[in-house]
Amino acid sequence: MRFLFDAEQRAFIGSLDKMLTTADTPAVVRAWSRGEHAAGRALWSRLADAGVWALAVPESRGGLGPRPVELAVAFVELGRHAVPGPLVETVTAAVLLAGLPETGPAGRLVPALQAGEALATVAWDAPYALDGDVAGVRLALTGEGLFLSPGHGPVRRSLDPARRLTSLAPGGRLLASGPPPARALLHARLCTAAQALGVGEALLAQAVGHVRRRTQFGVPVGSFQAVKHRLADARIGLEFARPLVFGAALTLDPADVAAAKVAAGEAAYATARAALQAHGAIGYTAECDLSLWLTKARALLGAWGDPDTCRTEVLRGAGLR
Amino acid sequence: MDLTYSAADEAFRAEARAWLREHVPERPPPSLETAEGFAAHRAWEAELSAARWSVVDWPARYGGRDASLVRWLLFEEEYYAAGAPGRVGQNGVSLLAPTLFAHGTEEQRARVLPPMGTGEVVWAQAWSEPEAGSDLAALRSKAVRVSGGWLLSGQKTWSSRAAFADRAFGLFRCDPDAERPHLGLVYVMFGLRAPGVTVRPIARLDGRPAFAELFLDEVFVPDDDVIGEPGEGWRIAMAATGNERGLMLRSPGRFLASAGRLHRLWRARGEPESARARVADALIGARAYQLFACAAVSRLADGGSIGPESSLNKVFWSEYDIALHETALDLLGAEGEAADTEWAERYVFALAGPLYAGTNEIQRDIIAERLLGLPKGRRG
Repeated sequence: MRFLFDAEQRAFIGSLDKMLTTADTPAVVRAWSRGEHAAGRALWSRLADAGVWALAVPESRGGLGPRPVELAVAFVELGRHAVPGPLVETVTAAVLLAGLPETGPAGRLVPALQAGEALATVAWDAPYALDGDVAGVRLALTGEGLFLSPGHGPVRRSLDPARRLTSLAPGGRLLASGPPPARALLHARLCTAAQALGVGEALLAQAVGHVRRRTQFGVPVGSFQAVKHRLADARIGLEFARPLVFGAALTLDPADVAAAKVAAGEAAYATARAALQAHGAIGYTAECDLSLWLTKARALLGAWGDPDTCRTEVLRGAGLR
Repeated sequence: MDLTYSAADEAFRAEARAWLREHVPERPPPSLETAEGFAAHRAWEAELSAARWSVVDWPARYGGRDASLVRWLLFEEEYYAAGAPGRVGQNGVSLLAPTLFAHGTEEQRARVLPPMGTGEVVWAQAWSEPEAGSDLAALRSKAVRVSGGWLLSGQKTWSSRAAFADRAFGLFRCDPDAERPHLGLVYVMFGLRAPGVTVRPIARLDGRPAFAELFLDEVFVPDDDVIGEPGEGWRIAMAATGNERGLMLRSPGRFLASAGRLHRLWRARGEPESARARVADALIGARAYQLFACAAVSRLADGGSIGPESSLNKVFWSEYDIALHETALDLLGAEGEAADTEWAERYVFALAGPLYAGTNEIQRDIIAERLLGLPKGRRG
């Protein structure tokens, strides 16, 4: 038992954080929200160069995976920097497609996803597919099987302007019949949990920075106990969600993954509320960069398994023991 | 990253499980906050100790098994999963023993630790005073230098287990002229039946004497019972409270077992929708606490330490424990009011969690100031 990152994992975190810090992601997010995808696609390619998408592709198919722990590491950083786009969906598509024969379309699509040349979206038990307008690979899971959708409907606004919701056109090529492999949904849920954790950590860091700088009554507002204790509670929530996320990455046990999704999603959302309150009115403006994370924390709470669905999974798992 | 245990660690776990299956009493002993229950719990400690299961992480020469912290975690999981009794010696084992390991002399360790491990000597804490609670450094009880030792005088309160315990440890002011209140304190051990000591038990919410007031009137303590240098008491005590809040006071095994019991209660009651989310949260919280401990143990094994992070732990487990027991009482419905269920005493015990070992308000201040880097407020 050694529940710590190794040197390679720490180096991976450091290099992703550095790359994303210099990428000016707030500007990328704002452009993406307007439907201008060029900067986001460029960032997507750099993530491919860093090996992020290859982590979901097994070595037997030319990837680096499966490496769920490293994927979780990467998604914490993607969340921390509010990187836009169908991140979780691209990983999920890679897992789904890598399970299909190379002789079919998967043989050409998996390398394109891994190289960052194509983005993917997936419609699965949700009324929308994320960023269907920019995704070159559109997968629809229905009761009949997995389809390669021929197109998408109009963009519907999300509470998070960076998440562009689209329907997928019905029909298209049937890639596989029957239910999808469980590991695809587990990867989607795990990556969403990790992304939420990163979003929460970024929100807390910004809130702490603000209350240290902002003075009222002649002192920093961060010296008031009411402010301190709310931010301390946010830190507690995030610190206890973190081991659940990486524990789930190690076991890929459905109850562990569901627990991580509940804890990380709710901790990030609670941190969003605390961060908004700590900022005061300025935090309520679209102009303040905080909004890029505030709105995402809410959106991720419901994505790929809302808290109620995930709690049911936790109870089912406990019933099996 | 790896969450699997070595074959040797799994063998240790299996050995503990087999012994506990044979020896854990079928009917739990009476409450340890009663004279009869205290004696029964003490006898259980002797039985554990005879098989060297009472203090597994201690060196063998003091009665332990030299077990790593990983094995301690495994033992605790098995202990509470087996439904074994609460630990009457916990104050000494989780607070005084780490202090002796870090700051005591070999003579003190050889004299104090073995009878602590067997339950022959049960220790109480003597920190708080009527005018020194969260602001512990304001304590006034004094230690006056005499030939060969010190004379203790003053009043201590909220001393857990002191109604039935044998000895106590705590801080006394040895230098009233020290520059700051945190300086000028001495860490001592003394007998609760020594001449000059009066113990007045205090009834907690359910009427049981779970703690006591101690009145000291020129109680003699030999130099051999002073831990570390006089004047260094605060630093020595704080090192151990870091330990208390950190890992040893509440093991993950305890909450994993409680969450499992709650889940079974929920199922036995027909899985009511009203408690569904809270039962799930108890399971999630126990897993989170277990994995948090795994990370802490791994850091310690790597040569790291537990610092202000232990305040995160203390707030988490104390509030988790109350929520879990509130859910259980809700599931019991009208029966939840009865004081003789297995849940009722645990609920009363849990209510004290946010108050002792540093109130949760103090812990949140520590988290905000030392982990988040927020400026100090009016306190301190």
